[in-house]
Amino acid sequence: MNAAAPLAAIGLRKSYGEREVVCGVDFALQPGECFGLLGPNGAGKTTTLRLCLGLTDPDGGSITVLGKPVPQQAREARMRIGVVPQFDNLDPDFTIRENLLIFGRYFDIPDTTLRARIPDLLEFAGLSSRADARIQTLSGGMKRRLTLARALINDPELIFLDEPTTGLDPQARHVIWERLRNLLKQGKTLLLTTHFMEEAERLCSRVAIMDHGKIIAEGEPRSLIAQHIEPQVIEVYGEGVYGEGAPDWADRFGRKHAERCEATGETIFCYTHDPAPLITDLDACGDLRYLHRRASLEDVFLKLTGRELRD
Amino acid sequence: MSNRNHWALPQFSLRFTQLWRRNLLVWRKLAIPSMLGNLADPLLYMFGLGYGLGRMLEDVNGMSYIGFLAAGIICSSTMMSASFEAMYSAFSRMQMQKTWEAILNAPLTLDDVVLGELVWAASKSFLSGCAVLVVATVLGLVPSPLALAVVPLIFLTGLAFAGLGLIMTALSPSYDFFMYYFTLCVTPMMLLCGVFFPLDQLPAAAQVAAQLLPLTHAVSLARPLVNGDVPPSWLLHIAVLAVYALAGFYVALALTRRRLLK
Repeated sequence: MNAAAPLAAIGLRKSYGEREVVCGVDFALQPGECFGLLGPNGAGKTTTLRLCLGLTDPDGGSITVLGKPVPQQAREARMRIGVVPQFDNLDPDFTIRENLLIFGRYFDIPDTTLRARIPDLLEFAGLSSRADARIQTLSGGMKRRLTLARALINDPELIFLDEPTTGLDPQARHVIWERLRNLLKQGKTLLLTTHFMEEAERLCSRVAIMDHGKIIAEGEPRSLIAQHIEPQVIEVYGEGVYGEGAPDWADRFGRKHAERCEATGETIFCYTHDPAPLITDLDACGDLRYLHRRASLEDVFLKLTGRELRD
Repeated sequence: MSNRNHWALPQFSLRFTQLWRRNLLVWRKLAIPSMLGNLADPLLYMFGLGYGLGRMLEDVNGMSYIGFLAAGIICSSTMMSASFEAMYSAFSRMQMQKTWEAILNAPLTLDDVVLGELVWAASKSFLSGCAVLVVATVLGLVPSPLALAVVPLIFLTGLAFAGLGLIMTALSPSYDFFMYYFTLCVTPMMLLCGVFFPLDQLPAAAQVAAQLLPLTHAVSLARPLVNGDVPPSWLLHIAVLAVYALAGFYVALALTRRRLLK
């Protein structure tokens, strides 16, 4: 592991009672990259973040964040970390500007420095015209942007983002993505957890897929796709002319001609190197609907973590 | 590596003052209604009972009844204010608004947060207690400058009840839980600790029990001081309040760590 890694976790373990939620996790971030921690609900992503922030103690393993051992020197490490939590926890008793000012004081930043920094952060969040608005009057997207701006109040080197776009509409999500790329250009290191694979594919230079407390795959999104999945995907759904549903079509034709066929709900996913025969047959089927696309990180994710529901 | 021991000694940084300052800023936005609310209740007790009931009484322990009552109300008002702040308000910040969660992502620790809340609740109750003291002084019920010693006593009393309140907050699943504490602890203390009548009116067993309660010791100090006398065994009373404050804080911190640092 690189000694200059902004964050390095080795052999991380954490149990709650009998249940081990983090079971031997190793990963390291490189300076200036966006590293994605992906996994279904309950995979141990948030617990891993809490461990890295020193908010809970590991049962085993070691964590170094920005050169500080955590949890022993978590306070010093947090001086240089920004955190965007999964659920907004902006201070409802204050205006937008006050939220930034008061949060900055927790870092012992002098008010003069904060007052100089706040206009830039408001600009970054696109909230300059709302600086004196109360938190309750903001939309979900505005709150997320303010939470992101708040995480930057201490000019952090490393930023933790726990599902930063969950619950946002597509417009708001694109704005957040653009801001995050902006931060990467400034040389910040990002640790992102998400279960939106598109988000990970767009932002992350490397991802680790976590399930049941373990990292089950790690690498660049493109190479993970190449390594685990056939390059072409056809999703088939709906009902054909003779009442042939997607599953019937799969039994009749799909499974014989695709390298791999998976069913999720009423959709069939065909994975293949050569989509032409499948498309020819589907076109002949009339109104059985299909979508032909390149394999994505989501396909890798579903293959590795399974298709059954996680609650 | 072993898990953090919830009962480990607290480690503070001066950053706890930033949480105190945050709460002060919120309070300032609502200061006037908040002060009026804090004053209305104790003053109603003081005037209602003091004049109403007081007319029927010759004097109580050598004082007018309203003078006797004033010292009790200073203490009970401090108790109420500290308890409310350490329970309902702190619980809102911990559980509903997730204010603590946000702060813990900054370089504050839970030890700083709980200490900040303790000192804040004591500070707010200090204002309530002092407001009653000022009103009593204006009404001419405070004959001696020795009453100035009540001022630090109010703060100590606030710390004792803030510690107890924060224990309840650490244990509470919801706001409803606090009703148990009010019904089982606060109301009995109001009635049994010498706020409204001298302790020696109670049966012997109740008098002994009352000695275990912090409000008894606050009243035992405040009443002679307001009347211009040095309280008998004052050191003992201060010690009991200090132990309540320190032990309350320590238990509250350990329970809050158990609750939040999972």
